[in-house]
Amino acid sequence: MYRYDEFDHTLVTERVHQFRDQVERRLSGELTEDQFKPLRLMNGLYLQLHAYMLRVAVPYGTLSSTQMRKLAYIARRYDKGYGHFTTRQNIQFNWPKLEETPDILAELAEVEMHAIQTSGNCIRNTTSDQFAGAAADEIEDPRVYCEIIRQWSTLHPEFTFLPRKFKIAVTGADHDRAAVRVHDIGLQMRRNEAGEVGFEVIVGGGLGRTPVIGQTIREFLPKQHLLSYLEAILRVYNQLGRRDNLYKARIKILVRSEGIENFARLVEEEWSHIKDSALQLPEDEITRIETYFAPPRYERLEDTVREFEVKRFEDRDFASWVRTNVTAHKEPGYAVATISLKPTGKPPGDASAWQMDAVADLAESYSFSEIRVTHEQNLVLPNVRKADLYALWQSLRDVELATPNAGLLSDMIACPGLDYCNLANARSIPVAQRISERFSDLERQHDIGSLKIKISGCINACGHHHVGHIGLLGVDKKGEEFYQITLGGSADENTAIGKIVGPAFSYDDVVDAVEKIVDTYLNIRSEDEEFSDTFRRVGLTPFKETLYAAH
Amino acid sequence: MPLIKEGVLAEDSWQSLADEDELREGPIVVTLERWQSERDSLLARNTPLGVRLRSDQSPALVAEDLERFGLVALEFPKFNDGRAYSYARLLRDRYGFKGEVRAVGGVFRDQFLLMQRCGFDAFEVADKAAVEAWEKAISEISVTYQPGADARRPALALRRNRPAA
Ligand code: SF4
Repeated sequence: MYRYDEFDHTLVTERVHQFRDQVERRLSGELTEDQFKPLRLMNGLYLQLHAYMLRVAVPYGTLSSTQMRKLAYIARRYDKGYGHFTTRQNIQFNWPKLEETPDILAELAEVEMHAIQTSGNCIRNTTSDQFAGAAADEIEDPRVYCEIIRQWSTLHPEFTFLPRKFKIAVTGADHDRAAVRVHDIGLQMRRNEAGEVGFEVIVGGGLGRTPVIGQTIREFLPKQHLLSYLEAILRVYNQLGRRDNLYKARIKILVRSEGIENFARLVEEEWSHIKDSALQLPEDEITRIETYFAPPRYERLEDTVREFEVKRFEDRDFASWVRTNVTAHKEPGYAVATISLKPTGKPPGDASAWQMDAVADLAESYSFSEIRVTHEQNLVLPNVRKADLYALWQSLRDVELATPNAGLLSDMIACPGLDYCNLANARSIPVAQRISERFSDLERQHDIGSLKIKISGCINACGHHHVGHIGLLGVDKKGEEFYQITLGGSADENTAIGKIVGPAFSYDDVVDAVEKIVDTYLNIRSEDEEFSDTFRRVGLTPFKETLYAAH
Repeated sequence: MPLIKEGVLAEDSWQSLADEDELREGPIVVTLERWQSERDSLLARNTPLGVRLRSDQSPALVAEDLERFGLVALEFPKFNDGRAYSYARLLRDRYGFKGEVRAVGGVFRDQFLLMQRCGFDAFEVADKAAVEAWEKAISEISVTYQPGADARRPALALRRNRPAA
């Protein structure tokens, strides 16, 4: 993992002092709420329906056990005993007191964390593949470049007041777990014909009210030019992106109105001036950052581990957890374990302080002290010996973290919705809870197989409903909560935006509708076909027919 | 309007003219439109000349003429319209403009550091309290991660020059 040196420490500490001063100016009345708002927003502090919310950055979703313990401590000391992991691989605390936020930030700084740029119209936390470094299908560890981007984008003087927020995602693997095609900039690591590693640069993707799939602006960008190329894109966007309409301000709208060829031409022209400037990444800097992400000291192990196989044979519950929550690791004898934060009937992504502590302990015992946060709001222990999986699973079960549902129907994404968010049309979390209760039979979920349900409480799409296999969008119908359903979305390398199936369903009826969709799929799937494959084969019609037959 | 230059309250020797104002003696700042329509008579005056650009007017529009200007004023219609940050970078880095680059409009203490890093060296502020806040505002964050148009050295350069441990 990356460790701060004196420069990183100094910056984060100074930022805490700066923010403390801003909070004091607010508390003393020197600043009005209107004047304070842009300042607190630069530091992840939102005002929600009932209270302030503090969003803490988890850069590219990587946490150490020490950091996780600190988050648990903050949850206990400054919040109501829990935190909420988000689709941006960050964590949110929903009940901090304004006057205590500087103290929270000081606590975070002690463990090399911060809340810088977790809100505002700036470059946000760069996200990545939650299996980075452990995935078998990876060209290189993308976190090296995420960290380089983190530093470059931190307090970037030119890009703090962009037309709109700006999100970058990086993946090093062929199978895209970072949804790079629905980000403002997506970076997909590629190897060129000469065998050199660089990036395919994708631009202008995004969800929100106008979902757009990003387009490739450059097939291959050599590593040393990463920052100058990003700076060129941002500079073009900062000057030309729309500022007259909040909903047309994202880069996707600019790319669309310019056309990708013209936009690329503008970027390349800008880039030609700064390509060989001080932004060029020296080889030794890449190497310096790489050493932080050097693989842990894996033991040399056989890939087939007898005791693991025996346990899997003997214990059906363990076997079912392994089936969904354990993924292949690049090292023989190791595995990647996903810790589900989606137990039946609980808000997706929530973790209590004692669960966070437990995960920290388990990471120390079984995963070289490393933890990941996924954009699907789960946690991951990336480096577990297969021989330890059974013990790990037992310990997870003791703290209610062993739900065997990663990738299954109940592994839903839901935005905060009407329970917390003042923009919401409808509740999200209670719908997720009701769906997971309806499908609480895990056998049934296993039979249904891989199915991603994503729920947003309004058109801002924080729950990524556009890319859910089944997407639910909260809409307001004469003051009532309704849900529009989309089918066939996907956020991986086959990115697709879901299609609206028909008129929306009421809060009471929406769970029945989801069940009908699932039943329809089960009726018409051919053997081994996943939901998204079936949808691609048959389209909307059969689902429409069963959903609206009686109407 | 108080003007901050080199960190202190400064006399403003420039007069900013609206398009309907009569030309005056001494250094004047005109809009881009006026510069474009009255170019010859403005040049004939032979006194220092500045140009004022709205946030939708890139300095690329005056790139050819920059040596005729002693000052370029960049407008911030609102503090969060950040286009002029890029314009200032272009003026300094791309066009090598050596004159004064002045921030006008929504200019607040919490932006001084960002503006200075982008190449602004003069700041029109709403009140004197902002002048008093200057020193703190530009020094409270001492680490920079990116090359800018200012003299600060980014962490990358400092790290590379650090004596080996
Ligand atoms: S999608 Fe809408 S309701 Fe949900 S968190 Fe985002 S803004 Fe709030």
